[in-house]
Amino acid sequence: MSTSRQYELVYIVTPEASEQDVADLHTQIEQIIERFKGTLDKTENWGRRRLAYEIGKHREGTYVVETITGSGELMKEIDRRLRVSDAVIRHLVVRVDEELRVAERTRSARQASTARRRVARGLPPERQPGEGRGDADMMDDMEGAEVQR
Amino acid sequence: MREERGGRGGRDKDKKDGKGGEAPRRGGFFRRRRVCKFCAEKIDYINYKDVRLLTPFLPERGKIQPRRISGTCALHQRKLQVAIKRARQLALIPYVTD
Repeated sequence: MSTSRQYELVYIVTPEASEQDVADLHTQIEQIIERFKGTLDKTENWGRRRLAYEIGKHREGTYVVETITGSGELMKEIDRRLRVSDAVIRHLVVRVDEELRVAERTRSARQASTARRRVARGLPPERQPGEGRGDADMMDDMEGAEVQR
Repeated sequence: MREERGGRGGRDKDKKDGKGGEAPRRGGFFRRRRVCKFCAEKIDYINYKDVRLLTPFLPERGKIQPRRISGTCALHQRKLQVAIKRARQLALIPYVTD
């Protein structure tokens, strides 16, 4: 079995397509995922949205975001199917697992270093409520600086 | 001699102001150089689907704002660039605006 990776699939369906068409497309993708023994983690339907520019002759489209865990072959097949489909006017597959892992690593590294510095200053490792300047205050300061110019 | 000293004092003052984060430009056109937004707000993952996050980095024409103007750090500018390009493919943000 090939390695499983996490991908994000976004596709835009024509505004002419009915809700049923969108649902059909979704089940088609589900079937492909099943066939390749992948898993569908999350589906998000953004609904109709205006496009930033015209694609073909369309000015709006229905956006669907799917988070899928599976192999590269699975995504290749989905990509192929979506490219052939007339209802889908645009799609994008992005591998996200590594990016998210990097983000998680930097986040935990920052938390660890903050905790270390706080302990070195003789404070509890976590920030206490009502301590120091809140984020809202910091935003205010920045705005003030802008006004000063 | 006194004048010279006064002049120097003035220059130091200017420098200090510049350090405060302002970058005045010639001809009245200026943009403030600030700290990297993503560092300041601790945004680790620049999501390409978050249009509200990306639009401040796209001036009127829809081009990607250079680092020297937005003040974004090199690491985040690189990630931002990828995110913007992905968002463009998905027609979330324009390639060009006339």
